[in-house]
Amino acid sequence: MTAVVQPRPVEGRSLWQDGLARLRRNRAAMASLVFLVLMALACLAGPYLTGHAYDQVYRSYVKVGPSLSPYPKAEAIAPAALDALKRARVDVGEPVEIVGESVRIPVSSSRELDPRIVRYVDRVDIFSGARLEEMAGDGKSGVIVADIERFTFLFGTDATGRDLLTRTLIAGRISLTIGLLATVVAIVIGVTYGAVSGYLGGRVDLVMMRVVDILYSLPFIFFVILLVVFFGRNFVLMFIAVGAVEWLDMARIVRGQTLSLKRQEFIQAAEALGVENVGILRRHIIPNLTGPVVIYMTLLVPRVILLESFLSFLGLGVQEPMTSWGVLISEGARDIEGNPTMLLFPAIFLTTTLFALNFIGDGLRDALDPKDR
Amino acid sequence: MFGYVTRRLLTAIPTLFLIVTGAFFLIRVAPGGPFNLERPLEAKVMENLNRIYHLDKPLWEQYLYYLGNLARGDFGPSFVYRDFSVAELFASGLPVSIQIGAGALVLALVAGTLLGIASALRQNRPADYGIVGLATLGITIPTFVIAPLLSLVFGVWLGWLPAGGWGDGAWSYKILPIVTLALPQIAVVTRLTRGAMIEAMRSHHIRTARAYGLKPWTVVVVHALRSAILPVVSYAGPAAAALLTGSVVVETIFGIPGVGRYFVQAALNRDYTLVMGTVIVIAIFIIVFNLVVDLLYALIDPRVRLG
Amino acid sequence: MTISFGAGLRASLFAGALVAGTAFGAMAETVYHRGNDGNPETLDQHKTSTVAEAHILRDLYEGLMVYDANAKVVPGVAESHTVSEDGTVYTFTLRGDAMWSNGDPVTAGDFVYSLRRIMTPETGAKYANILYPIKNAEKVNKGELAPAELGVKAVDDKTLEITLEQATPFFLELLTHQTGLPVHPATVEAHGSDFVKPENFVSNGAFTLAEFTPNDKLVAVKNAKYHGADSVAIDKVIFYPIEDRASCVRRFEAGEIHSCSDLPTDQIADLRAKFGDQVRTPPYLGNYYYAVNMSKPPFDDVRVRQALSMTVDREYVAEEIWGGTMVPAYSLVPPGINNYGEPAYADYKGEAMLDREDKALALLQEAGFGPDKPLKLEIMYNTSENHKNTAIAIADMWKTIGVETTMINRDLASHYAHLRDKGDFDIARAGWIGDYSDPQNFLFLVESDNDGFNYANYKNADYDALMDKAAAETDLEKRADILREAEAMFMRDLPFIPILYYSSHSLVSPKLKGWEDNLQNVHPTRLISIEG
Repeated sequence: MTAVVQPRPVEGRSLWQDGLARLRRNRAAMASLVFLVLMALACLAGPYLTGHAYDQVYRSYVKVGPSLSPYPKAEAIAPAALDALKRARVDVGEPVEIVGESVRIPVSSSRELDPRIVRYVDRVDIFSGARLEEMAGDGKSGVIVADIERFTFLFGTDATGRDLLTRTLIAGRISLTIGLLATVVAIVIGVTYGAVSGYLGGRVDLVMMRVVDILYSLPFIFFVILLVVFFGRNFVLMFIAVGAVEWLDMARIVRGQTLSLKRQEFIQAAEALGVENVGILRRHIIPNLTGPVVIYMTLLVPRVILLESFLSFLGLGVQEPMTSWGVLISEGARDIEGNPTMLLFPAIFLTTTLFALNFIGDGLRDALDPKDR
Repeated sequence: MFGYVTRRLLTAIPTLFLIVTGAFFLIRVAPGGPFNLERPLEAKVMENLNRIYHLDKPLWEQYLYYLGNLARGDFGPSFVYRDFSVAELFASGLPVSIQIGAGALVLALVAGTLLGIASALRQNRPADYGIVGLATLGITIPTFVIAPLLSLVFGVWLGWLPAGGWGDGAWSYKILPIVTLALPQIAVVTRLTRGAMIEAMRSHHIRTARAYGLKPWTVVVVHALRSAILPVVSYAGPAAAALLTGSVVVETIFGIPGVGRYFVQAALNRDYTLVMGTVIVIAIFIIVFNLVVDLLYALIDPRVRLG
Repeated sequence: MTISFGAGLRASLFAGALVAGTAFGAMAETVYHRGNDGNPETLDQHKTSTVAEAHILRDLYEGLMVYDANAKVVPGVAESHTVSEDGTVYTFTLRGDAMWSNGDPVTAGDFVYSLRRIMTPETGAKYANILYPIKNAEKVNKGELAPAELGVKAVDDKTLEITLEQATPFFLELLTHQTGLPVHPATVEAHGSDFVKPENFVSNGAFTLAEFTPNDKLVAVKNAKYHGADSVAIDKVIFYPIEDRASCVRRFEAGEIHSCSDLPTDQIADLRAKFGDQVRTPPYLGNYYYAVNMSKPPFDDVRVRQALSMTVDREYVAEEIWGGTMVPAYSLVPPGINNYGEPAYADYKGEAMLDREDKALALLQEAGFGPDKPLKLEIMYNTSENHKNTAIAIADMWKTIGVETTMINRDLASHYAHLRDKGDFDIARAGWIGDYSDPQNFLFLVESDNDGFNYANYKNADYDALMDKAAAETDLEKRADILREAEAMFMRDLPFIPILYYSSHSLVSPKLKGWEDNLQNVHPTRLISIEG
C-alpha cells in the first residue's frame, strides 16, 4: 500500500434523503399522503364513532337510502307501530299519535291485555321503552306509549339492514391492509428476482424466467383453494397467496429494464472497476428501477384490492360479518339500478384512496429519479 | 435468431410437462370432485361414474393415463360438459375469446399509447391531470361494475347495442365486451407509457437529439417512444395472453361463449380434464407471448442481446 | 319433405346469418327466445341431472307420460295404460302416429332399449336411481344383473309392459322425468355418445335439435313428424344459458328474450315495480333448510334444535331477505304436493314470535345454556348473496336468545363435498327440489341409510320403520297418514330446520301465451305461442 491520498468522499446526501426532500416539495403528493393517513385513521377509529356496530342488523331499516336527517321518517312511524302490534293480536285503535319524541298507540282486546305485548313494540328498531298506560278498569284497553329511537344512516344501510358507513370504514381496514401488505410482498420478491435474473442473464436468466412461466400458468384459484384447505381460513395466508402470485409481473418488468440497464456505460464501468454483483445490483440496478417499480406499485395496489374481492366472491376471502371495499362494491354492483348508493359510497372510498396512492407514486418517482438531479 | 427461437420452443416442452404435472396433482388435492353437485348422487351411481372416468384408479395410474392420452393429442372428455371433449370445447370457444381479446388488446395498445404520449408531453398541465385521472379511474372500477353499467346504458336505456349475447359473432355484439375488457388495460398502458415517456424525454440521448435541433415529432416518435415502449411491451406480453384466453366476468355478464369462464367454472366444478386443458392452453399462450416480447425487445432496443 | 327435411334444414342453418337475414325466412317463422338457468351439461337424457336440461329435453322428446301446461300428468306417447290389481304391472298402449323426426315409428322396443340403457352401469347415468322402482333396476344399475333382466318388456310394437318392484303411486309421474325419455336406438348404435350432436340428432318430441354451442345458445326447430305438429305454434325455440340473473333481466328489458327462468331475488321489489305481473313467483316444489349436525354435542340435544328453530322468524326472512319470493316453511314437505294433503306443521306455526322466543329461552336453559354459558355455533353455507343474507338475518334472530353465531362460506363443490364426507359442522345450509310430486321424495332425505342426503346424521329406527311401512302401503290415503306420522316425528326431532319453501322465479313477456304457473315449474314450448 503506497500512500496514495484518497480523495475525501464528498459528503453527499443519500439518494433517499434527497428524494424525501423533493417529495416534501410536491404538493399533490403531500396532500395525498395526508389524505391517506386521514383515511387510515378514519378506518381505524371511525367505526367506534358512527354509533353503529358494523355487524348490527336493523331489521326495520333494510336497504334504506343515505340521509342526513335521522330515521325514522315521520310518515313511517305509525305503520311500523301497527305492523308491530299486528303480531300481538290486539286491536289497535285509531289514531296513532306522535307526541314529540314518543308515540301513543291505543290498544284494546277482548281479553285482558297482556303487559308483555309492549315487547312487540320494543322489538322494532324504531321504538324503545314501550309501556302500557291509561289502562281501563277491566284491563282490556289502554295506550301503549313508546319513545322513538332516532338513528342516522349517513350512507344508508345494506341488504340486511346494517349501517353502510360503519361497514365501509371497517372494510377500509381490510382492503388497505390487504392491498399494502400483498403489494409489499410482491414488490420485494419481484424486484429481487427480476433484477437478479436480468443482471446475471444467460442460463440463470433462462431458468429463472422458465420458473416464472410455470408459475404464471398454474391455476391461481386452485392455488388459493389449496391454501385455504391446508391452513384453514387465515387472513395472513391470503396476503401471501395474493402477493405470491402478483410478483410475477413485477419480476418480468424489472428483468426487462435490467437487461437494458446492464448494457449501459455506468454499469459496465462499475463492472470494470471490479464491483461485485451484489453491489452493482444494490447500488446501481435497483435504484435505477425505482421509476417503473413505483408506477407498477401504484397499479398493483388496486389490482390486489380488486383481486381480493374476486376471491371473496368465490367464497375464498373475507368471511361475514367482516367485509372489504371489494366485497361492498361487488354487492353494490348487483343492484345498480335499485340502490346506486350501495355501490357509490364504497366506490368513492376506494377510488379516492387509489387516486391518493397514485399521486404519491408519481411524486415518489419524480423524487427518486436518479437521472434527474 | 432462428436458433434462439428454436431453443426457446424446445425448452417449452419440459416447462409444459412441469406445468401439467403440477396442475394435475394440485387439482386432485382440492376438496370435492366433479360429481359433487348441489344434489348428491346415489352412492352406486357415483361409483359407476368414477369407473367410467377412471377416477377409481390410484392417482399415479390416472396421471400416467392422462399423460399417455395427452401425448396422443387427446385432452380427454369434459367431466361436466359431458357431450363434449375438452378439445371440442376449445375449438368452439377459443376463436370467440381470441376475437374479443384481440380487439381489446389493439384498442388498449393504440388508445393507451396515444393517451400516454399526450399526457407525457403535457406533463403537469390540465390535459395530463385529466388523462391520468381517467386512467386511474379505469383501473379502479372493476369489470363487474363496468360490464353491467355498459349493458344497462347502451343495451337497455339507449337501445343502441345488444344488452348481451353473441349473435353468431355479429360486430354489434362485440363492441361492449371489447370496450369493457379494454378499459382497465387502456388505463394501465396509458400510465406505463406516460411514465416511461417522461423518463425517456429526460434521458441524455433525447436531450442530445433535441440539442441537435431535430424536429419534436422525430424526437418523440423515433427516439423517445422507442425506449418508452419497452415497459409497455413487457406488460403487453402477459396481458395479451390473459386477454386472448378470455375473461370470466365479461363472458358471464354478456353471455359470450368463450373459454375464459372455463377456467373458473372448471376449477369450481372440479372438471379435472377441463382445468388441465385450460392450464395447458394458457401456458402455451404465455410461453409464446413471452417469446414474442423478448424478440420485440431485441428488435426495439439494440442494446438487448438475446442470450 | 320426408327424410331430406333434416338434412336440408341443417344445410340452411350452416349458412347461418344469410338465411335469417333474408326477409322471407325472417318473416315466416315464429321464434321463441327463451332464457334458461344454465348451460346443459349434456343432452343425453340418460346422463342428465339439471333443471336446465329438463326444460330442453321436455321440448325435444316425448315420454310415455308428459306434463301439460298446468303440470298435470297426461298421456304422451302412451295413449292409454292399465295397471294390474296389485299396482305392480303397468301396460301401456303406444299411439299409432308417434314418430321419430326421421320418420321411423316410435315402438315399445325403443322404450325397452332406452330403459335398459339408462340402467346399464357403463352409461354413467346420474339420475338412474329415479327409476329404481322398476323391477331389478337397482341391481342392473349396480352391475349385479344383466340389463335384459330389467322389468320392461315389449309385448308387441305398440304395447309396453313395465313391472315394478312394488306398487309405486307416483310411477306415472316418474315417467315424465327426463330420465324416462326414449332414445332412437339406431342412432345411438350408429353414433355412440355422439348421437346428441345436431348432425346426428333424432328425436320424437315437438322440436328437434338444430344447433348447439355451449354457453351461447341451443336452437331447436319444430319437428314436422311430431304427431301434434299442427298445434305447435312456435317454429323455432332458442334456449340461452344465462348464468348471471341480472343480465337476463337486462336482455329481457331490451326485448332480446321472451322469458327468464330465474331472477335476482334481492332486487325483487324493483323488478315488481318495473315489470308488474310479468314477474311470476308461484310456489315451487322445494325446501330451503338448515341441517343440524346431530352427531355433535350440543346439537344432539333436541331442545337445542327446537329452540333454534322456534327463534327463526321465517316471515321476516321470506319477506325482507327474499323479497316475498319464498314462503315461510314450518314443515319439510311443501304444501300442495300430490298424494298427501296438509303437511305436519310445527306446533309453533302461527304462534307469536315473542312467545316462541320465551319458549326457546326456556329450552336452552334446560339444556344448560344461559347468559354465562352462551351457545356458540357456526353456520356453513355455499357462496351466494341470498344464502349470505339469510344467514346474517338468522344469526341476528338467534342473538335474541343469547346464541353467538359465526359464519363460514365455501364454494358449492367444497360445501357439498364437506357435507357428503361427513366433515365437521354445526349448522349447514342446504336445499332440496323434489324430483316428483310425492311426500316420499322429501321424507326419504333423513332415512338413516340415506348416506348422500342425511347431512344431519339422523338415526331413528321408528322413522325408518314408518317409511318402510308407507312404501308397502297401496292405499293412498292410508299411505298419506303414515307419511304424515313420519313427518310429525321429523318435526319433533328436527334434524333439519325448515326455513322456506321455494318459489320458482320467472320473468314472462306478456306476448307469451300458454305459460301457466305451476308447482313443478314446467312450461313446455309446444303449448306456448307468441302474439304480437
